[in-house]
Amino acid sequence: MTRVGVRQQSETCIVRAHGGGGELMNKLISEHIISAFGNTTLNQLTDGAVLPAETSRVVITTDSYVVDPLQFPGGDIGRLAVCGTVNDLAVMGARPLGLSLGLIVEEGFELARLDQILSSVAKAAHEADVRIVTGDTKVIEHSGGSGIFINTSGVGSLDDRINIGLDRVEVGDAILVNGTIGDHGMAVMSVRSGLEFDTDIRSDAAPLNGLIHELIDAGVDIHFMRDATRGGLAAVLVDICEQSGLGVEVDESELPRDPIVRAAAEVLGFDLLTVANEGKVVAVVPQDQADMCLGLMTRHTRGRDGAIIGRIVACDLPLVELVTESGGRRVVQRPYGEELPRIC
Amino acid sequence: MDEQTEKSVSDIRTLARSIARSVQIMEVCGTHTVSIFRNGLRALLPDNVRLISGPGCPVCVTAQRHIDASIELSSLEDVIVATYGDMVRVPGRLGNLERQRGVGADVRVVNSARAAVRLARENPTKQVVFISVGFETTAPASAAVILEAEDLAIQNLTMLTAHKLVIPAMLALLADGEVPVDGFLCPGHVSVIIGSDAYRPIVEDHHIPCVVAGFEPRGILAGLAMLLRQIADADARVENAYETAVTPQGNEVAQRLMKKVFAVSNVPWRALGVIPQSGLDLAPAYRHFDALVRFAIELGEDLDHPQCRCGEVIQGKVNPNECHLFGTTCAPTTPIGPCMVSSEGTCSAWFKYNRPSQATRATGTEVKK
Repeated sequence: MTRVGVRQQSETCIVRAHGGGGELMNKLISEHIISAFGNTTLNQLTDGAVLPAETSRVVITTDSYVVDPLQFPGGDIGRLAVCGTVNDLAVMGARPLGLSLGLIVEEGFELARLDQILSSVAKAAHEADVRIVTGDTKVIEHSGGSGIFINTSGVGSLDDRINIGLDRVEVGDAILVNGTIGDHGMAVMSVRSGLEFDTDIRSDAAPLNGLIHELIDAGVDIHFMRDATRGGLAAVLVDICEQSGLGVEVDESELPRDPIVRAAAEVLGFDLLTVANEGKVVAVVPQDQADMCLGLMTRHTRGRDGAIIGRIVACDLPLVELVTESGGRRVVQRPYGEELPRIC
Repeated sequence: MDEQTEKSVSDIRTLARSIARSVQIMEVCGTHTVSIFRNGLRALLPDNVRLISGPGCPVCVTAQRHIDASIELSSLEDVIVATYGDMVRVPGRLGNLERQRGVGADVRVVNSARAAVRLARENPTKQVVFISVGFETTAPASAAVILEAEDLAIQNLTMLTAHKLVIPAMLALLADGEVPVDGFLCPGHVSVIIGSDAYRPIVEDHHIPCVVAGFEPRGILAGLAMLLRQIADADARVENAYETAVTPQGNEVAQRLMKKVFAVSNVPWRALGVIPQSGLDLAPAYRHFDALVRFAIELGEDLDHPQCRCGEVIQGKVNPNECHLFGTTCAPTTPIGPCMVSSEGTCSAWFKYNRPSQATRATGTEVKK
């Protein structure tokens, strides 16, 4: 490859030198990253970010994003990378103080696509009211992946009064979810499988910290919370059972489900309980606060379709049981690995 | 519970009481099996109505020799193996396709035969082999793809075909006679293609009621009520509880496609050996699309795990929990037999949706023999 070729390519695509610590890397940071979501902390470009600590406890979390396709109806890898980490902080009861953003980009990745992703990082961060305060960029050789991987870590402050944990889950507690389940997984799956429906199935990827803190601030004594991502609602409910030693009973007729998402799941043979979400929280609250919590939830934009879907029950075996719409009962388990579409 | 569901359940209970003996109904199709478990329908049935699962899960009935051939194909250089999802986990003698992918084979999961054409066009320097399994539901799409490939003179696409036919399998079960069946709940999707008239030999020659039903719980319960009414009246007719999708003649365009591209032949079934006239091979005019021919691969022998009872499970001869491997050595994370691998498999459904007391190994036999 000639030097002229390299220069031309570096203006449209990521090349190895973009990760090399030199002039090209500086240009990438200032013209693409800082310009997308720069702020007083990030702009200092120091080795780490200094954040004001407002509480005696902080929460730290990290997650890597390798989604394929990079873009899907309702979001992209950039939006996921912000929302996922913000939500992990929020379900711990923490208020996000700042996020780090690590980019691993394959050489040859188009700069225009990178800009799109960075702009959606900026948009999601704005929605979540959180800043990207530090970051890193590496370029790897083209390996036939989807072109970019993102890692985000988040730090949040945890108020001393907050006490959320599986040890607080009690028989009689109500279980709520803030809206339709399985939207994200089915959106990604329908792009992957080339299935088209009359209406787009849109990912629910969204930051939940606003909703969650509204519940906390209003005085809901949330016993336990978790965002239902990979493994779907089923994985969260099974975790609750296994770790609390109590049973969970879910009413299928109360489960919020989008009719089109439901149809798509039927076609591909998926159980929506096991399909991924990126903007759904499962909250376990005292029975006498369930209606109040639901009221707050459904008045919030991120919880309009919220519902009380079940309860914690005493049982001989810690199982999740579904009372089906037809009046039958069956056990719910977490999926065994990646769920695969059925044949016919 | 909606009104129709309530009525079906109440009819089922009344009819079961009037029949006053134990009846065994076979749901032929894996999609029915999963829907029945997923919707907890067994809990709604009276004790004397037993459902047994039949040979209608495409992955479960695929003979090991075809799995082995697909693995062998995936190990060839510059070959992309395209397959439906469930197939990647079925163990053959030499591992499975998922593990092949782990060691560098190019194995792609696709949701339709058409996706294989796209792969072939996008990868002109590679050979794409589509693992074409399934009953009459998937066979017409494979046939259409062969015709398209012929039209477009696509040189880098072949198929490993292991298609099966539903009616010969049902007739073989009846001929075997080991499992008494009082009625068949017939598959919805397959019947869209073959039409409800296709079940006539079963009602006419064997006097067994057949009802075609869709996959919604409501349709399944309506179908079961219709079957019980026939059993109560000692009747045997073909009835259709899925009239919105299934006609007596079926989809004649799809049938013509299959007839043009495939030839009905004697094919091997998982653990059942070769059943005469029970599957589809490529017709002589399209043999050049046969992956076994192009890559000169011979089908080997089936060496199923000696303790695996999938063969009996797909014939309704035993329940999954009567297999010594079930729930112990053989579980969804470490499947031995295809019925535990496939999302439509009977063993997988038993394991996933039953309470552990039912899902672990039983000593007694629940299937009436």
